[in-house]
Amino acid sequence: MNNLFVYLEIEEGTVAEVSLELLTKGRSLANQLNCRMEAIAAGAHLDSIAQQVFPYGVDVLHVFKEERLSPYTTMPHTSILVELFKKEKPQICLMGATIIGRDLGPRVSSALGSGLTADCTSLEIGDHEEKKEGKIYKDLLYQIRPAFGGNIVAWIINPDHRPQMATVREGVMKKEIIDPYYKGEIVEHTVSDFVKEEDYVISVIDRHIEKSKVNIKNSPIIVSGGYGVGSKENFQLLYQLADVLGAEVGASRAAVDAGFVEHERQVGQTGVTVRPKVYIACGISGQIQHIAGMQDSSLIISINNDPDAPINAIADYVITGEVEKVIPKMIKYYKKNTK
Amino acid sequence: MAFNIIVLAKQVPDTRNVGKDAMKADGTVNRAALPAIFNPEDLNAMEQALGIKERFPGSRITVLTMGPGRAADILREGLFRGADDGVLLTDRAFAGADTLATSYALSMAVRKIGKVDLIVAGRQAIDGDTAQVGPQIAEKLGIPQITYAENIEAIDKDKITVKRRLDNGVEVVECPLPALITVNGSARPCRPRNAKLLQKFKHAKTVTERQVENLDYIDIYSSHPYLNLTEWSVADVQADPVQCGLSGSPTKVKKIENVVFQAKESKRLSDNDAEIDELMRELIENHTIG
Repeated sequence: MNNLFVYLEIEEGTVAEVSLELLTKGRSLANQLNCRMEAIAAGAHLDSIAQQVFPYGVDVLHVFKEERLSPYTTMPHTSILVELFKKEKPQICLMGATIIGRDLGPRVSSALGSGLTADCTSLEIGDHEEKKEGKIYKDLLYQIRPAFGGNIVAWIINPDHRPQMATVREGVMKKEIIDPYYKGEIVEHTVSDFVKEEDYVISVIDRHIEKSKVNIKNSPIIVSGGYGVGSKENFQLLYQLADVLGAEVGASRAAVDAGFVEHERQVGQTGVTVRPKVYIACGISGQIQHIAGMQDSSLIISINNDPDAPINAIADYVITGEVEKVIPKMIKYYKKNTK
Repeated sequence: MAFNIIVLAKQVPDTRNVGKDAMKADGTVNRAALPAIFNPEDLNAMEQALGIKERFPGSRITVLTMGPGRAADILREGLFRGADDGVLLTDRAFAGADTLATSYALSMAVRKIGKVDLIVAGRQAIDGDTAQVGPQIAEKLGIPQITYAENIEAIDKDKITVKRRLDNGVEVVECPLPALITVNGSARPCRPRNAKLLQKFKHAKTVTERQVENLDYIDIYSSHPYLNLTEWSVADVQADPVQCGLSGSPTKVKKIENVVFQAKESKRLSDNDAEIDELMRELIENHTIG
């Protein structure tokens, strides 16, 4: 009872990266809380799930095996979580801030009347004092996320409602195996005890999975552009630099919203979190929601005509100048001095 | 065949293009300097509703929003683009609502509107980015949801076919009506305002607006009933005040921080050739790049 639960996202029998990252974070939170970590697997092909997740420190794996649970549709998965949580009364539930997690999480929170915080960038355990009532809440989950377009960071708590629910984007937490021989318990449930026939109302009649063309998460060098790049045309310069350096092109939200570049390239709280060797920020002012997604880069170079751009504070090198002037110079030097 | 459609919309500060004039000296955004707009993805949702109305004449579109009095602006915006009716849910008791309390209030307003075949909303609002209110309403109403929709492919008396986004692809799903659909920004944009409708509805007002602007004596509001925008309070939708606003919100804000970054010792360069060359030489030499 009162354990920490992680919902596992599963595609064709494989647990998603974001779920493994959450298990890693969940394990450390559970240790702090001195509770168990439990995971939920619902789908059709679940035979290898246990061996995929136990090394991350799962104590109990709840298995819901049924053909119609895959591909994911909202209502059957909602019913599983809602009914399971009514019995198990978890204190915390974590899920990926993916399309599935953002479809499922609010539905479950609405059914249980519990609070949910989207797109957290950090999760911590701590106490809270309600001064007016003189009440002290022990060991709450601090759900920390940028807000208002990323200009502030809000610490959200759910003092009175359980589970405390949070979603986290892929790449925000680091995944780490804690023990390859960790042994958890498997609990197989009868799906029909949880899911009503009428929950299977949505039928998936066609489905296309595409491999993403953009892979900024794993690129060692990222050339990233912001609103200050000025136009889609100017972004071509960033592609040229990325091309010679063997890098990927990233972008701030402002650049994506302005239509300079596609959404898959967005770095930040509502995009991808990256930790490259080199991050070259071109014309990016550095809103919090962007910095949250790239501040762990090993080396940060900021090119900006504003010497006081906020991003400069976290940059190792600050080049004060026009992006259109600086990038061609970098390309020229690089081409001349490498093979 | 005709459909009763509700478009859920939110008035939001335009946080997308925060210009210099909207930045305060301490680097925070001056929200008052940002224009209040129809949440962009709610416009994508509006367009999906208009598409249905076009295909099935006689369909009715009601724009429903919760917010302060000035949010009536987006009801008019909806009428200018082809909605038939606007409802403003407004009450001091709604203040401080998180997504769950918001979804409760809106679900009560949907119930009050009555017969509904389809509810459409934007995937998320740009001031919160949570994407939670749509699914939370669907749950409260006990109807299915389709999130991240890109297009309503087909609709008939009792079912709808929708193409939706996945993290790594697309799928087409079929679902019985009534249902709630949240529409992604990648869906087609909303058609512009219609000049005729602008003329027709430019004086549409809520009862509060008529009182504040002292328009009640003008008899167009009795001779032209479509100019009366509906305004509802907590009591009007028979909502439980405890479940609204701050008291109905399980999430609380413990604190708000202006972020202070771990400032680094930065090396400052100008954009002259020598300094750029020197930086590049250094990066190549220590194998950071190349």
